[in-house]
Amino acid sequence: MMNLATELSTPPWRDDGELEALTFDIAGETFALEAAIVREILDLLPETAVPGARAFVGAVVNFRGKVIPLADIRLAFGMPSAEATIDSRIVVVEVEIEGTPTLVGLRTDKVTEVLTLRKSDSEPPPRVGMRWPTELIECLIKCGTSVIIFPDLRAIFAANGRKTSSEADIIRHPKS
Amino acid sequence: MSTIDPMDIFRAEAAELLEQIEQGLLDLEHQLDDRAQIDSVFRGLHTLKGSGAMFGFDALAAFTHHCETAFDRVRKGLTPATTDLVMAVLAARDHMRALVDDPNGDHAAVGAELLRKLQDAVAGGSGQPAAAAPIAEAPKSFAVDETVPPATAGKDDGSELHRWNIRFSLPRDTMVNGTNPLALLDEMRDLGEADVRVDLSRVPPLDAIKPTELYLSWIVTLTTDRPRADIEDVFIFVMDEMTLELEDLGPVGATETIPVAAPAEIAAAAATPIAVPVAVEPIHNAASAADKTSPAAGAAATDAKAHRKAESVRVPAERLDELMDRVGELVIAQSRLTQIAGSSLDTQLRTVSEEMERLCSELRTTMMVLRMVPVGTLFERFRRLVHDLQRDTGKTIELVTAGETTEMDKTVIERLADPLVHLVRNAADHGLESPEGRRAAAKSEIGRVTLSARQVGGEVIVTVADDGRGIDRDKIRAKAEASGLIPTGAALSEQEILQLILQPGFSTAATVTNLSGRGVGMDVVKKTVESLRGTIDISTRLGEGTTIALRIPLTLAIIDGLLVRVGKGRYVIPLPAVEECLELSLEEDLRSRGRSFLSLRGSLVPFIRLREIFSTGTKPDPYQKIVVVSTGEERVGLVVDQIIGDHQTVIKSMSKLHDDVATFSGATILGDGGVALILDVANLVAAGREQEAQLRATA
Repeated sequence: MMNLATELSTPPWRDDGELEALTFDIAGETFALEAAIVREILDLLPETAVPGARAFVGAVVNFRGKVIPLADIRLAFGMPSAEATIDSRIVVVEVEIEGTPTLVGLRTDKVTEVLTLRKSDSEPPPRVGMRWPTELIECLIKCGTSVIIFPDLRAIFAANGRKTSSEADIIRHPKS
Repeated sequence: MSTIDPMDIFRAEAAELLEQIEQGLLDLEHQLDDRAQIDSVFRGLHTLKGSGAMFGFDALAAFTHHCETAFDRVRKGLTPATTDLVMAVLAARDHMRALVDDPNGDHAAVGAELLRKLQDAVAGGSGQPAAAAPIAEAPKSFAVDETVPPATAGKDDGSELHRWNIRFSLPRDTMVNGTNPLALLDEMRDLGEADVRVDLSRVPPLDAIKPTELYLSWIVTLTTDRPRADIEDVFIFVMDEMTLELEDLGPVGATETIPVAAPAEIAAAAATPIAVPVAVEPIHNAASAADKTSPAAGAAATDAKAHRKAESVRVPAERLDELMDRVGELVIAQSRLTQIAGSSLDTQLRTVSEEMERLCSELRTTMMVLRMVPVGTLFERFRRLVHDLQRDTGKTIELVTAGETTEMDKTVIERLADPLVHLVRNAADHGLESPEGRRAAAKSEIGRVTLSARQVGGEVIVTVADDGRGIDRDKIRAKAEASGLIPTGAALSEQEILQLILQPGFSTAATVTNLSGRGVGMDVVKKTVESLRGTIDISTRLGEGTTIALRIPLTLAIIDGLLVRVGKGRYVIPLPAVEECLELSLEEDLRSRGRSFLSLRGSLVPFIRLREIFSTGTKPDPYQKIVVVSTGEERVGLVVDQIIGDHQTVIKSMSKLHDDVATFSGATILGDGGVALILDVANLVAAGREQEAQLRATA
């Protein structure tokens, strides 16, 4: 299974097995994303709803003169959306979608800190006992007493195009 | 900044040189004795050979060398320029292109074949005029001779010794380009007895000297039996930039005067540099006189002038786009400032804000112009295409271009290249008749393809016209009916029938040729033009020709829009699509609950309540408005809550994550920093049509 984690290539551990990551909270859980793809952390912006778009990318915002989609990981993971709080931030990341580098804003409840994560602490998501779809999670990383979730953004943006998560599951984990 | 790959620099340079060679050859084809073009081609070939060898493109250098040799002969008058030769070198040019693109590929066979043709052309050319000259001799000498000694060329002019006074100065940055002035001096020494003096007048004080710059100029007294042209040849590669004064001091009767005078002058120059400026002064004054006296210098001057006219700065397109984005941001920030200033009583703030507004709008206009390039750059490519088409189709084709100075957004021009290639090919292959056919139809044998561009309002109309046989509508209809594209006997307007040729897979050509007839091209044309938000007009007259006009909006980046509000969201409707705005009266609203039709001056127009498709979840405004939009024939009404007004819309594309949303073609940023989505009218009209069909079915 460790073998599988390296094969999936993200998160891109450095040669020394470490990774700088930005951590943030969504629905009481701590998430992490490699710091290298984070472009900016913004206060909430006025949102414009896009009628007819998929719910988890249901809005766009003006990010420095660019119109970028705003994604809600809660909705991608099938959780109900929540009201914004004073701590809510938008994390702007650059990801590759269908071969095009794209800026996407992620709604977060709170941005915490930049951490150095170690590969030796990471584990693939367990097949059972998760309240979220495992195929959208890259790996779990133990950090002291808590567990940090490393979401698979590529899978999230791709899988939500076709809604059959079982199909995605088969593709993501051919060996299990 | 990232480091630049020298190979890329060479490739860019090679592309330019190849372009220069091609244009020169094409011009030469029309006027075979054009000295300026012969020189231009020769220089291009020589430089390409030189830089090719420098960057390790040995195959290219070796191959180019042969072409250069051939042109050197032409230049020296040993071989006349013939159409065959031009064709051979033109073909060779393409091979050079391949050698640049793929230096390691196996091109030997193709190259050898091209060289054989080239030799034939040279042999044929030099063989004919001199009947007595053995034909076999020419190619042999051509193949072996690396450099024909210029002496043999000049001998006829008289082997009398002449003394020449040559003054030349090179621009300061000469050495940056790798020109070595000493090599020029050596070349002159090869011509005859040269006595070289150096002019130090331009040398600055020591602390101002930059070791990479050239401050010297030279005065050479040359005694030679060669003609003036040979001396000028020494400078052929630097002629555009340099000042050269060439003075014939007449035949030398007594040779002994030179050795006597020269050392004295050298000594004078070396000992008293202060005196030199006096002697040198005339060089600059004489520059204009040189223009008159020496035809070559005159040509060089005009050449240099042409270069200056085309002077430009190369900027990567991304940087322009970046700048455009920044300007867009600035415009948005500025309109926020205007809003704040508008609600403030501070007159100073208002003044500044108004000034900012003016500056921003000027900046935006300038920015737009920056991206505009004349369409002529695109048209130039078609000369070659038509040249090749003549060969492939066996028809004589004349390409006429008009309106080259019409300017368009650079990206638009780039994207128009492919569609135009298809259209020109179609015109040449399908449109124009064979020479026999043309004679039978009492037309000139030379078929004409006209490529023109002109600006009309906010659109540029690019037209490809031919004077060929025209399109037979009945044939198209028959073909479309046979292939099931339209129902048999469908009532279609003439324009609708013609538009059928744009359908994918539609071709009336009986046979598929190398050039066209697969029915793929026109589909590409249609797709590209539509993606540029343009339209295609086709007009044709049987026996007289076909004209296809592409109407392209001037710029992709900005459109005029009508800003409306639906629920809480604001949307932009492209203004060209808007026909009229009216109020949805209360009784009409109630009456239309069941059918969503509007009676507009006797015709029924379906309408769509945007509040419903956008599921805004808000209460409708008491007075709903209808914006009637159309795409050509079809109309549909869009019910909105409020019409806000005109809006200059800077179009921002939506990300791939919103690819599935067909209702919007993009987004824009409003003055308050908010985002408004741009409605895709074509899709809405289609939606309206579906609704109409459904209603008809249920009614």
